[in-house]
Amino acid sequence: MSDRRIAIVPAFNEAGNIGRVVDELRAFDGGFDVVVVSDGSTDGTVEVARAHGAHVVRLPFNLGIGGAVQTGFRYAWENGYELAVRCDGDGQHDPSELPKVLGPVVAGEADIVVGSRFTGAEGYRSSAARRVGIRLLAVIVSLIARQRVTDTTSGFQALNRKALALFAADYPHDYPEVEGMVMTIRHRLRLQEVPVQMREREHGQSSITALRSIYYMAKVLLALFVGLFRRSVVPVE
Amino acid sequence: MILAAQTPLKVSIAATVVSLLLVLVVFELIRSRRLRERYALLWLLTGVVLVVLSAWRGGLNTIAGWFGVRGYPPAVLFAVGLLFVIAVLLHYSTVISRLSDQNVILAQRLALLESKLDDRE
Repeated sequence: MSDRRIAIVPAFNEAGNIGRVVDELRAFDGGFDVVVVSDGSTDGTVEVARAHGAHVVRLPFNLGIGGAVQTGFRYAWENGYELAVRCDGDGQHDPSELPKVLGPVVAGEADIVVGSRFTGAEGYRSSAARRVGIRLLAVIVSLIARQRVTDTTSGFQALNRKALALFAADYPHDYPEVEGMVMTIRHRLRLQEVPVQMREREHGQSSITALRSIYYMAKVLLALFVGLFRRSVVPVE
Repeated sequence: MILAAQTPLKVSIAATVVSLLLVLVVFELIRSRRLRERYALLWLLTGVVLVVLSAWRGGLNTIAGWFGVRGYPPAVLFAVGLLFVIAVLLHYSTVISRLSDQNVILAQRLALLESKLDDRE
């Protein structure tokens, strides 16, 4: 039981991608249980994921990425998993990159590892405005964390049970990765970034549009600022 | 020295009637169980304070004097009313936030429970 591993895949209407994501994860390492958290999908994501052998947790309505991912963390925590990876359901995270993300957690060097698109890896294109936003957040988070961080929006992560405990108890709602990083640091968990390559989406649209990214920046900055004045949710060692 | 302005009697009567109406409506809402006591308290307080300030002209004039409102004492009624409305709205924002947090937790619990049932089939 001690080395049970799980891959958490949040998915909102990803029927076109989810089958392949699940297949690739299972092919990567048969020791991984795959749980797909369907965030109020209405397009057959649940059925496709099940047909491909994933365990499916089906939210009754759309909670947003944070609520969906946290559901996965709670599932992993309550079922006693020691190690979890998180991949997006749209296929942009390549399971063959998983060893890089998993490495430091397995070796006990980090509690949470984030796959970064920017520390030296190529192959990722993004709009200019979005890049600026991501850079700005990276600078702010680096300052707060007193640790260099390059990609604050990556959902390609590996976590051990300590990190699962924190995020099962409290996880930010709308765009959780940035705040999640700061929470990690403030709870004195060891955060590490590794370079990974990400793929383009295969089907459908990314959930972040241009107009929403302004709202996103404002909200995240507010959350970061207020978060500095918040107490720990789980005991800090 | 210029004499400070007084609250006109008609304004006082009209404001008292409207404030009393507010208190009565809130009371009726509680009585018919359409408004819970915990959410009604701020409204009742608002109504009672407005009734007192509207009916008690001397008091309103004095308070207006304290805050340097020389021209038109009933302006204090507006200020007090506005302040209470802001307080009530802020209170409701916290209530909505709490409800939506609880909603998320309920949805997650339900989904996890359902997935356990799926496992047994």
